[in-house]
Amino acid sequence: MASVNIKGTKNGLLVTLGQGELASLLAELEERLSGTASFFKGGQVALQVGQRQLSVEEIGHIKALLAQNEVALETVISEAPGTRAAARHLGLETKRSPRPEPRPERRAEEDFAEPFVPLRAGLSRGEFGEGALVRCTARSGQVIRHPGHVVVIGDVNAGAEVIAGGDIVIWGRLRGTVHAGAAGDDQAIVCALDLAPTQLRIGKRIARPPEGKPRRRTVPEMASVEEGRIIIRSWKASR
Amino acid sequence: MAAMVITITSGKGGVGKTTATANLGVALALLGKRVVVVDSDIGLRNLDVVMGLENRIVYDIVDVTEGYCRLRQALIRDKRVSELYLLPAAQTRDKTAVSPEDMVRLCDQMRDDFNFVLIDSPAGIEQGFRNAIAPADEVLIVTTPEVAAVRDADRIIGLVEAAEKGPASLIINRLKPEMVRYGNMLTTADVIEILAIDLIGIIPEDEAIIVSVNKGIPIALDDANRASLAFRNIARRLLGEEVPFLDIREMPNLIERFVRFIRQG
Repeated sequence: MASVNIKGTKNGLLVTLGQGELASLLAELEERLSGTASFFKGGQVALQVGQRQLSVEEIGHIKALLAQNEVALETVISEAPGTRAAARHLGLETKRSPRPEPRPERRAEEDFAEPFVPLRAGLSRGEFGEGALVRCTARSGQVIRHPGHVVVIGDVNAGAEVIAGGDIVIWGRLRGTVHAGAAGDDQAIVCALDLAPTQLRIGKRIARPPEGKPRRRTVPEMASVEEGRIIIRSWKASR
Repeated sequence: MAAMVITITSGKGGVGKTTATANLGVALALLGKRVVVVDSDIGLRNLDVVMGLENRIVYDIVDVTEGYCRLRQALIRDKRVSELYLLPAAQTRDKTAVSPEDMVRLCDQMRDDFNFVLIDSPAGIEQGFRNAIAPADEVLIVTTPEVAAVRDADRIIGLVEAAEKGPASLIINRLKPEMVRYGNMLTTADVIEILAIDLIGIIPEDEAIIVSVNKGIPIALDDANRASLAFRNIARRLLGEEVPFLDIREMPNLIERFVRFIRQG
């Protein structure tokens, strides 16, 4: 059983530290975080340590380690009163027992993006701040990640990823993976001049391109969620 | 004589980097240049086998970078072509034995004595690759016209650009014109549409290459072979000459297009 467990929940990341020496657990945590794709970044973390006693210093160290990997420690969950007191001393939230897992809702079309880690959970459309406009082609293995809207002037090649809290517009060929409304917003849209992604996600929905031969002629298209499913429509000027 | 250092890489394994390095080395030497081909695939060395020089290895690249021998002692001269040398990799070590800085220092040592230093990169994106591109003035990307290879080539091009060693040039290897004509293989245009870098050569698939690699006789030594001609054309392009690409009949004729249209429905 892994001594460090990282799980995505509706409210952020749940990092569980199991048995063992703290230093080696933290080394493993560091490795897991830095080795993973940027998916974790920008998230909030709840740290679950069970009975473990942690000092203010140790919690501060963990907080800094997480901050280095661009995730923010928000809550410490522990049975040990000393640990909870130390966490409160640092201005963190505390809980006695693990937060109850919300039961995954059943969805009509059975498409649920797992693992799903929200960007900054709860950001509403109005809070996005600036969108990002990028003039480049995203090659395989590159990631464009932004909490707001994203416009790419260029192609997104297969193997590249665009992850946005808001809408995504690709002025070019979309062949890679996109995730619009990545903070849980089903109202987000994805547009592309040539929409042929490997995988398309909006909010918590996930969709694959239809099987079959590629179309000969490509038209600009827009993907959005309607009645709980991802729908793709050709762009017609008269709307 | 300040050498140009060219690294040949790909991302995907088995697409023809080593064969390309060997044959470009021979082709450039046949044009009168002083060339050293360097095998940076430490632990999985192949360039010596492809060149047919494995029996003459005494010292290798790690011996040189660790100061165990002088560079001159490790270089193996190919007796078939004047002014072609091989610096072999080590087989009993791995890629952590050499650092990017070692590679840069090594190439700086060789710059004054050669016109071209060709570095055969290992597959992958890790230390071996980083070692190989560190000293590069130019990078050549080898790919085959297959989806997986092109995907990896795209990744590598991104990494090469990020390392500020771009723009790279592309070699499409193992093209099978009949497969392309019947719509069963990516065309040159398909590949370039995705990779968006300049094409420097197209090598047709040829069984004679498999034989040449096994025998350790680089195909570029054979005047009559078409793949050999393709390699020699790349060498001329590297020297700045404008050489038209070989007519590898990728476009189907009228009948073939009709058949393809019916098949695709």
